[in-house]
Amino acid sequence: MAMDYREYILDHSRDPRNYGELEHPDVHCEDFNPLCGDQLAMDLQVESNCVTAVRFRGRGCAISQAAASMLTEMIEGKTVQEVIALGKDDVLEALGIPISPARTKCAFLSLRVLHRGLALAGLEKLTEDDEE
Amino acid sequence: MTTFDDTLPIAQAKHATRSTEEIRQDFPILSRQVHDRPLVYLDSTASSQKPTAVIEAMNHYYQAYNANIHRGVYQISEEATAAMDKARVKVARFINARQSKQVIFTRNTTESINLVAYSWGGANIHAGDLIVLTEMEHHSNLVPWQLLAQRTGAHLEFVPVSDDGLLRLDIYQQLLQRQPKLVAFTHMSNVLGTINPAKAMIAQAHAAGAIVVLDAAQSVPHLPIDVEDLNVDFLAFSGHKMLGPTGIGVLYGKRALLEAMPPFMGGGDMIRTVHLRESTWNDLPWKFEAGTPAIAEAIGLGAAVDYLNELGMATVQQHEHEMTIYALEQLQAISGLKIYGPDASQRGGVISFLLDDIHPHDLASILDQEVGVAIRAGHHCARPLMERFGLAATARASFYIYTLPTEIDILVQGLRKAQHIFHF
Repeated sequence: MAMDYREYILDHSRDPRNYGELEHPDVHCEDFNPLCGDQLAMDLQVESNCVTAVRFRGRGCAISQAAASMLTEMIEGKTVQEVIALGKDDVLEALGIPISPARTKCAFLSLRVLHRGLALAGLEKLTEDDEE
Repeated sequence: MTTFDDTLPIAQAKHATRSTEEIRQDFPILSRQVHDRPLVYLDSTASSQKPTAVIEAMNHYYQAYNANIHRGVYQISEEATAAMDKARVKVARFINARQSKQVIFTRNTTESINLVAYSWGGANIHAGDLIVLTEMEHHSNLVPWQLLAQRTGAHLEFVPVSDDGLLRLDIYQQLLQRQPKLVAFTHMSNVLGTINPAKAMIAQAHAAGAIVVLDAAQSVPHLPIDVEDLNVDFLAFSGHKMLGPTGIGVLYGKRALLEAMPPFMGGGDMIRTVHLRESTWNDLPWKFEAGTPAIAEAIGLGAAVDYLNELGMATVQQHEHEMTIYALEQLQAISGLKIYGPDASQRGGVISFLLDDIHPHDLASILDQEVGVAIRAGHHCARPLMERFGLAATARASFYIYTLPTEIDILVQGLRKAQHIFHF
């Protein structure tokens, strides 16, 4: 299974969308990948059950940063329920390339941070899948 | 430490008796392909490959005389016991230990260091005592001492690392003046490749009244090691980094220290007498080897030692030194590539680097897929050292007796390909 660094992935990693932080986030979480030290923080602003703004900051590989950038694009404007429903398949579909087993932690770092943040804010109950 | 003539041309890089190409024939894995390309294995610092002699020695045990040791009075158990004893003697001679009973078999370097921290540390380290470590330690030579300090109230101090990847020996001297009970440091950094002046540092620690633990996980596989000459108190290393199997490691210790130490783990084999409420301990080395040991792995390690002895550790060191010089030259020629650590005169066959802004994990994935090169990417279980250099991760290539200059050329091709993909 060959991972293919497609142009749109490099574009997202070099020029990430929604990069930065929110001053008064309703949802905030940060975490790192203990295997490689990649770091990621995510802020969400939620108004009347809808994500009105999202920002992330992080440092890490192209896969983790592109996945985070793509995830923020998926989140913005969605209802909390829709965001809670986002899972690994959605991230893999957005990346659009096979992710080798050693790199799945990179691909899913932002997803994990998102769900933990929602749980910390009392908006979501974590499943085992989210904790992985 | 031996220094070498850095101008020795690669064309002369031949082993005394066997070429690298011939040596490679002994390693079945080196003929396999990954992603339709020949495997280029540049991660021996993480774990070395195994020669047929090691694999067959272990198979032979399982097929011909598999039995527990020190138990049966029957033929094959006696053969297994003799084979394990023989392996211990081989390892003892390999590091020039006076007696084979000073070689304790463990699972790996980590367990060896934990054994010292729990057993010797538990008996000898008290509140307020000082333990001196360095900033370049692998987590395995850091966390056991943190745990010991937490249990006892001892203090930890650290020898800093200079920008060129060397220990600040001036500060080491200052720390020794505070009369530490224990000094623990790595003989060779698994990140920077730095070979520390262990013999002098040990002598200085002894003069200050300290006991010394040397993390030799990276040095025993790659350099000639003489524990008598080093005069080291404890030395820890792993089998799998020196052509041997996983699951077997060694703790060498001075006999008087080992004899005075309480057991680490309790169980079968480590006892002399057992009653319901008390027991007495077996002699060395078995006092520290509770339960059925890794018999096949010990035999495999013995075969690895035979293999390395046949090549000669001076030859091993020389070959890796030549590969390191060649690789440093080739890598330095790539614009945008930054190398961490000292020059080749103080470095083993380990090179950590960054290429432009490409994350090491992306680099490792591209090298794997595009040119079949296996390197390590990450913090190399040395996060404090990474922080010292302001890094989250590096890419790391490392060399062993089977590394060819052409493999380093393929690494360089792969790095240029990565630059192309990332538009640098």
